[in-house]
Amino acid sequence: MTAIATTPWLARSRLLLDRPEFVGSLFIAPAIIYVLVLVGLPLLLALYYSVSAYSIFNPSFTFVGLSNFRDVLDSEIFRRTLLNTFVFTIGAQTIGLLLGKIGAMLLMQEFPGRRIARALVVLPWAVPVSLATLAWLWMFDSLYSVINWTLAAAGLIDPANRPQWLGQQDLAMIAVTVVHAWRLFPFGVVIFLAGFTSVPKDVLDAATIDGAGFWRRNYQIILPTMLPIVVIALIFGTVFTFTDLSVVYLLTKGGPINSTQVLGSLAFQVGILSGDVAHGAAICLFLFPFLLVSVIVLLRALRRREI
Amino acid sequence: MRVARKLAGEGSFYTAVVLLVLFAAFPFYWMVITTFKTDADLYNLRSNPYWFNAAPTFEHLRYLFEETLFTRWLWNTALIGFCVVAITLAVAVPAGYSLARTPGRVGENLGIGIFLTYLVPPTLLFLPLSRVISDLGLQDSLWSLVVVYPTFTIPFCTWLLMGFFKSIPREIEEAAIVDGCTVLGAFMKTVLPLSLPGILTAVIFAFTLTMQEFVYALTFISSSEEKPVTLGVATDLIRGDIFYWGELMGAALIASVPVAIAYNLFLDRFISGITGGAVK
Repeated sequence: MTAIATTPWLARSRLLLDRPEFVGSLFIAPAIIYVLVLVGLPLLLALYYSVSAYSIFNPSFTFVGLSNFRDVLDSEIFRRTLLNTFVFTIGAQTIGLLLGKIGAMLLMQEFPGRRIARALVVLPWAVPVSLATLAWLWMFDSLYSVINWTLAAAGLIDPANRPQWLGQQDLAMIAVTVVHAWRLFPFGVVIFLAGFTSVPKDVLDAATIDGAGFWRRNYQIILPTMLPIVVIALIFGTVFTFTDLSVVYLLTKGGPINSTQVLGSLAFQVGILSGDVAHGAAICLFLFPFLLVSVIVLLRALRRREI
Repeated sequence: MRVARKLAGEGSFYTAVVLLVLFAAFPFYWMVITTFKTDADLYNLRSNPYWFNAAPTFEHLRYLFEETLFTRWLWNTALIGFCVVAITLAVAVPAGYSLARTPGRVGENLGIGIFLTYLVPPTLLFLPLSRVISDLGLQDSLWSLVVVYPTFTIPFCTWLLMGFFKSIPREIEEAAIVDGCTVLGAFMKTVLPLSLPGILTAVIFAFTLTMQEFVYALTFISSSEEKPVTLGVATDLIRGDIFYWGELMGAALIASVPVAIAYNLFLDRFISGITGGAVK
């Protein structure tokens, strides 16, 4: 009795720790605070930057309304950048999904060396993006490109007039898209592989006995069953490609003449390298509507998964 | 006839597998062969680039370890990774547990809400965060990355761990509580030991996500001594137009190998984590 009376705080805390709701909120609080302070707050700050005249030379929060957005939209470079971002994303996703589906269908079969093949196929997605991109930078080298050497050896190009993969506008677009697709497709492979195994075998067997052919099984059973998973993977892939700036930064720095500039790399150039934070923030915020749509689609997929 | 067709089918199957593996792994083969080639061999348009035309050399690796800051960058990455993993576990383990045990829609929506912040990309945050970092006095220091990286490792690992905790039956804790444990004590004594595999997975992915990041490091850090390995290799080994390709590829190779192995070992758990247990 006296023990409890002399340590009321301890007793109370012991009582609190017996209540699941209290422990629950105590446990979740640090995560919520961390995310609010270092994601929520910066987001608001980005919004504020975009309607101010803030730059590293003049760090004042003068309110300028929507004029930054107007400047950005008026810029030819920005419109090119926006278009590029969509072209890269859609191109890389399409190639990545196709290769992912094909790869999963191949790796689903039992064959000797399957585990090694899977491990090798996963590599592009596993290793740090900046390091993998360096390998491509070397493979696209203006003089010692192994791709050009091979093409020349096969007699497909003239060695004296070799293509400059990162120096010609159209080729640079292709190069960046291929590197993005290369990075993404292993993710597609593992997702499709996981998806295939989630299709109940007995349902497939029953359908085969009932006379369903390859395409019918594919489109009426396999794809609908794994659709939620594929959608989740697709959203992740799309968001990471759409907002990526490291591949472009390392391969082309957005060049030649802004032909491979994407929203991320342009924002980096304007906001960090040129110090015009306000316009950089305005450029970044053009990612927002896209992210919002992605989140809504993702939420629907997550809900469907539970049914 | 049937045997011929079967052989042709198998032949095209293996051709497809080989092509796929080649496309995926060729850049890594390229890293390996470049690392061990002499400069004279590398920069010779006439020699076959696919194989050694002169004896392999360790010169690039020697240069990398002795004349560059490579070991320092590796150490920085290890230090950043260790601290980020520690912060992530301290925050995400209780959060994941709390979400797994919060009944009904509330817990689930909160979980999805936290997971969605994983989708907020560095590209949207690097400008305001660089201001936050300089207000904290951490500009140009690797500690800025220790503070910022948990913004994506916490959401991801919370989601991952939530799935693991959900698979542990509630009855085990309830039995411990009946036996006189507090809620906290029951968690520490029964749930934590049972979820060690899940926690290990969270450690691996917090670390690899940290190693993969590039944008924040590029934005916050400019001194060579403070750079993590991914940034240091990509920015400091390229001087003007002079590339040290042998050193570059060697560095990329050494830093990639541990991540590649970790990913392959934990791949299945990553998949079930990212799809929220939709795939068993």
